[in-house]
Amino acid sequence: MIFEAIISPEFFNATLRATTPILFAALASAVASKSGITNMALEGIMLFSALFGVIFSAAFQSAWMGLLVTMIIGGFIGFFLAFFVLRLKTDQILAAIAINLIANGATILILLAVSGDRGVSSSIQSLQIPRVAIPVIENIPFLGRVISNQNILTYISLIMVVVVHMFLYKTPLGLRIRAVGENKDAAESVGISSKKVQYISLIISGVLASIGGFFLSGGYLTYFTTGMSAGRGFIALAAASMGGNTPIGAFLVSILFGAAQALANILQLGSWPYELIQMLPYFTTLLGLGIYSYIRMKKRQRLTGK
Amino acid sequence: MSEKVLQMNNIMKIYPNGVVAVEDVTFELEKGEIHALLGENGAGKSTLMKVLFGIESPEQGKIILNGTETTIKSPQDAIKKGIGMVHQHFMLVPSLTVAENIVLGTEPKKSGMFIDMEKAVELSQQIAEKYNFDVDVREKVEELPVGIKQKVEILKALYRGADILILDEPTAVLTPQETDELFIQLKKLREAGHTIIFISHKLDEIKEICDRATIMRNGKSKGTHLVKDISTTQMSRLMVGRDVVLTFDKKPLDLKETVLKVRNLCVAGSTGVKRVNNLSFDLKAGEIFGIAGVEGNGQGHLVEVLTGLSKKYMGEISVFGMEAKKHSIKEIRELGMAHIPEDRMTLGCAKNMNIMDNMFSNQYDNPEYSGKVMLKSKKIEKRVNELIKEYLVKCKSYKQNVGMLSGGNIQKVVVAREFSTNPKIIIANQPTRGIDVGAAAFIRQRIIEFREAGSAIILISADLNEILELSDRLAVIYKGQFAGVFNDVKNVTEGELGEYMLGIKKDDKLEGIIYEQ
Repeated sequence: MIFEAIISPEFFNATLRATTPILFAALASAVASKSGITNMALEGIMLFSALFGVIFSAAFQSAWMGLLVTMIIGGFIGFFLAFFVLRLKTDQILAAIAINLIANGATILILLAVSGDRGVSSSIQSLQIPRVAIPVIENIPFLGRVISNQNILTYISLIMVVVVHMFLYKTPLGLRIRAVGENKDAAESVGISSKKVQYISLIISGVLASIGGFFLSGGYLTYFTTGMSAGRGFIALAAASMGGNTPIGAFLVSILFGAAQALANILQLGSWPYELIQMLPYFTTLLGLGIYSYIRMKKRQRLTGK
Repeated sequence: MSEKVLQMNNIMKIYPNGVVAVEDVTFELEKGEIHALLGENGAGKSTLMKVLFGIESPEQGKIILNGTETTIKSPQDAIKKGIGMVHQHFMLVPSLTVAENIVLGTEPKKSGMFIDMEKAVELSQQIAEKYNFDVDVREKVEELPVGIKQKVEILKALYRGADILILDEPTAVLTPQETDELFIQLKKLREAGHTIIFISHKLDEIKEICDRATIMRNGKSKGTHLVKDISTTQMSRLMVGRDVVLTFDKKPLDLKETVLKVRNLCVAGSTGVKRVNNLSFDLKAGEIFGIAGVEGNGQGHLVEVLTGLSKKYMGEISVFGMEAKKHSIKEIRELGMAHIPEDRMTLGCAKNMNIMDNMFSNQYDNPEYSGKVMLKSKKIEKRVNELIKEYLVKCKSYKQNVGMLSGGNIQKVVVAREFSTNPKIIIANQPTRGIDVGAAAFIRQRIIEFREAGSAIILISADLNEILELSDRLAVIYKGQFAGVFNDVKNVTEGELGEYMLGIKKDDKLEGIIYEQ
């Protein structure tokens, strides 16, 4: 029964859906990493964005306006992280942990203040980005049911893979980001301000992660619940790192994690213990990182001839 | 050939810790020459060039570029004014292509937002062809050998319109063949009207390629000479020559038992080349054994194995009859060995810890200062204060972080710690490098006191003054081997020593290096 569920188009459809938030965050992580900074605050940015998405889409009575405001806030949190790391010389991991912890507490507080509820935002009349059917493609057997009828943000996430790729590898700023991340002194020696480049990278990273966060409460689900980012920011960090911090690589690994998430969703319907199944996406991450590190170690050993 | 493209007049640079790196130096460049800037490490060459390239701002002095006085605020500013620098450590991004590295920061664009890669390749190719550099600009930098990477660095500077090129010890990383090729390129650049500053301390290279040479020593200029009119011996004398003559009263030599015996010692460097090659010598209590030599001739590797920092050697090192390889650093120290490391900031001290912690890092488990659980802080405090007084460490209190002290005082802290255990063998590697004359004299005096008290000392120094003044016996190391041994140090001349140091002279028989078979 489970096997049948896995080869069904619905499973692949669900995989794409579950991949979307991870993919946005993984792209965010890739951009930051390319500039030489690990953006570990992705988790907090996503959680904030999930809440602000609900609040602002309700306030403007427009999902798109809600998304726009959320992206601005996401960019601002990225700037905030950059300010602490680059200007105040805070340890980047500590600064990110602080943002993540603040997100945990602040989202509950804000939710309580806005809706009077501690757990779920169901009393807020928020709006969602709609799903769309794609003409022609929806009629292709199997594939149509996988690709068509997804959320617009899912399509945007796929487009962003190409956009971020073009940005990093075809534009002057992208080149400078990669140069700064790899050899700051070299970049500085030709007159590039590494700080400016890293500020921009973290802002872009914040914006991308916030779209992923928005999707959680404005597409994937239709409401905000506390802690709903559920480690996706960290999973995305792993995905980007395993994908070599390239957009394409991050995309491929994100799909793997999306599939694990979708599988967990299906298995929940079976008779296995719920808690065990909920572990699946995280276990996959751990396993993936382990295999990835092992392969890399072997490769290095081969290269150094030891 | 007399048009002056650059004049640096009376440049003075004092670092915040009080070190006078460059003192009243005047440096002039004529258009189209290759001008050597010659001097030992720490002579102020790099600092002078940092001033020219806008990395450091001078306390005093004028820079006149192409006839107009100017200030150079930053490297970017220097680049804009036509000065390019090829650093010793390459400023390249490995995963990018040669062309990307060359255009980085001034990328050609197309359709408003994308890099025009075709154009970048074309521009890079043009500049490479113009100067006859054989470089494939589409290749990734990480896949290139060192010699080509250096070419890319030079191309980078030329692409940015450099008329004056500063090359910081460009041949240090090159093979002889790559060096020959570089020299051909440099001559071509000179023909094309570029002016090149060639920083080096390799005299034969300067003879081969440079037109004029400015020699620096201890932060001062020792004049500019036409290379064809000055011999390598004269250059080396100016470069290392005796400056301050300080004399110490030394009691007559009183040799006691052999404490260190080294036989057929070989140490391989990271590339597998023998950095120490078949060295043998003895060291007796009561003597100072000097090892002179140009830096990088195996001194560092020798010290590493003698002090137990590295166990990777072949041959025999016997400290009081115990094989060094079989004992930990701690055990070797307990036998009575002390080590004043060459670089006080990396091996000598923990700069973010205070003077007390640093002075006690070798005695934390001495029962006199350590109880079963807690340190005896009162006793430690008392002892540290004594040491600070005894070694004249200028500080506010023992609570001050070592990193806040001046170089000379940091060195005194290191020396105080090493000497506080009454060592029987002292390995002093460049004990007075880069510190002020007063502190240096003080440390030398202490070394002599230990000699008098019957300790054995190995003194490794690039400072000929120091080594001639202190040593009872002297060997010159060249390419990991002793080139010569002098048992009568008083009658050794610097010129003679220089010839051995530069490998011009080499004795086959080393008499007096071993006391007994």
